[in-house]
Amino acid sequence: MSDAATLDAKAEKKAKVKQITVVQGLNAAIDEAMATDEGVILLGEDVGAKQGGGVFKVSSGLSEKYGDHRIRATPISEQAIMGACVGAALAGMRPIAEIMLMNFVTVAMDQIVNHAAKLRFMSGGQTNVPMVIRTTTGVGVGFGGQHSDMLEAWFAHVPGLKIVTPSNAADAKGLMRSAIECNDPVIFIENILCYGLKSDDPGTDYRVPLGKAAIAREGSDVTLITYGRTVLDALEVAETLAGEGLSVEVIDLRTIAPYDEATVTASVRKTGRAVVLHEAVRAYGTGAEIASRLHEALFNELKAPVQRIGGAFSAVPMASVLEQAWIPNKDEIAGAIRTTMEWKR
Amino acid sequence: MTIDREKLLDIYTRTMKVARFDEKMRSLLMSGKLATIYYTMRGQELVTSAMMAALNQDDYLVTTYRGQHDQIAKGVPLDLLIAEIAGRVTGTCKGKGGSMHITHPATGVMVTTGVVGSGLPIANGLALSSQNRKDGKVTVTCFGDGATNIGAFHEAMNMAQLYKLPVIFLCQNNRYGEHTAFADHTKVDSIVTRAAAYGMKGVKVDGNDAVAMYQVAKEAVDRARAGEGPTLIEAMCYRMMGHFFGADFSYMPPEHIEEMKAEDPLPKLNALMLEHQFQQTELDAIVAGLEAELEAAVEFAFASAYPDADEIRKDVFEEEIAA
Repeated sequence: MSDAATLDAKAEKKAKVKQITVVQGLNAAIDEAMATDEGVILLGEDVGAKQGGGVFKVSSGLSEKYGDHRIRATPISEQAIMGACVGAALAGMRPIAEIMLMNFVTVAMDQIVNHAAKLRFMSGGQTNVPMVIRTTTGVGVGFGGQHSDMLEAWFAHVPGLKIVTPSNAADAKGLMRSAIECNDPVIFIENILCYGLKSDDPGTDYRVPLGKAAIAREGSDVTLITYGRTVLDALEVAETLAGEGLSVEVIDLRTIAPYDEATVTASVRKTGRAVVLHEAVRAYGTGAEIASRLHEALFNELKAPVQRIGGAFSAVPMASVLEQAWIPNKDEIAGAIRTTMEWKR
Repeated sequence: MTIDREKLLDIYTRTMKVARFDEKMRSLLMSGKLATIYYTMRGQELVTSAMMAALNQDDYLVTTYRGQHDQIAKGVPLDLLIAEIAGRVTGTCKGKGGSMHITHPATGVMVTTGVVGSGLPIANGLALSSQNRKDGKVTVTCFGDGATNIGAFHEAMNMAQLYKLPVIFLCQNNRYGEHTAFADHTKVDSIVTRAAAYGMKGVKVDGNDAVAMYQVAKEAVDRARAGEGPTLIEAMCYRMMGHFFGADFSYMPPEHIEEMKAEDPLPKLNALMLEHQFQQTELDAIVAGLEAELEAAVEFAFASAYPDADEIRKDVFEEEIAA
């Protein structure tokens, strides 16, 4: 190899963007926030070095770096974790509560719903609760009924909470920075099945604003609105349907509440058709809210009623065959899109 | 035990301010001039005055719906407090909180919660921030005997002791959890025995004895400030009326109420002041001054406007919401 060729290869290697996983993105965002702001602390079960940096390793390495007063391994006491974060936030810190699995937020609901969400309002704006509630969940790993729920609709129903869920590593990093810097409580839902996904590293000090959806794929015939892991399914279905001559626009909400009405409405106004997809139980889910809002805003412009797809109306089953039957699959998504396209008045 | 006269006078003034306020609130409610839910603290006036007299103004307080005595003793101005209870825009929380949800950070009152027992984990968080920042503040959380049977009490006690947080758990054992007597809701004779389960220091005290109560409070504050960790104080007192003002309290045996009257902290405190060579005229003059302050506060509250309807959209999030 000539000297020139060697230099080219080196330059190419250097130019090649580093890739990060969702776990690495989250870890980096928390790390950067902790380095910048002394008030950022993390409380959760097993989050310290001794305990392994959390079951999913998101806080790996952080207690060695920032000490066990800022990365606080806690007892299995979700109410105490949540309450401590509410109190620390009231005092002006920026705590992060790690609740190992989303189902476990149920034992801390009082602190989230009655306190974190409402204290800004009830105090007439004198105090606020700038905390992040990090939690993980996901259907498809065989965890069964008490470790797999997506409960975002519960929280979206409570004034005062912001709800965020990333579908890729770059967004995970950027949304986490924004969530930590947000002056209101943010529920940050991480999908276990997304943890290993890789994206190009967006670099340090990267932020994705809360409340802004992303157009994950542009299209003109129908808008498919989703968030979290099902964005991956949506993109795959859109690719398949493109082969059949159907142009699907995929919207990744990224923030579920506050809802990015402007982006979604503009897209559906353009396509005239919409399908809402989520992993949570379909009944009374966020899909119902989004569908209703679209009907209210675009009743005369819609070419078909808004379709919605979600999980079955049962606890998430354990057996793989049942679990796969429970969660919306790509055929169902494609089917809903075709139904929408074929609708005649 | 002894107490200096200045501190005793401080406790007396706080106690009488609470007592005059409570009497005024009940009269406003009875005359129909005020219509709101109100939880009288009659019988619990002293316990909190002695506790707050041991704190600095910037120390934190987390209390409950029956917490007006705690807030007044901590220093929340009467005019802002009454305006809030009356739902006026000049109130501590712009009329958006009400008597069960008072917040006033200027005097350290960070949360008043209507959910029994839920303040304890929050108090831990305030204390944790003080520990991390080394700001020297102490957090006190007040609650009743009924609160000690919810899970949050136990989780919070364990966590506070685990981290040696500068927090004081002040249980005002008023002998009733809503309409249920202490012995009918708790299987141990005394709340303070529960401190041992968490390796925590626990002290039981007569909350109607100003000197004893102040000593216990002061020791707990000193321990917390010195980094020696939390204390559970069980201050024995009596709730002399029903769960909320106007509620039936026929479930409280009349002989028990008579017994309570004998323990009434107000005449006891007055007698203690005289023992310490204060003159009755001097004490009466203090109360008269408090009366004037109270009258002015009531006038201020009732002369204030109600909040505008668009306040509903404000303070939900930092940014005003559209829908």
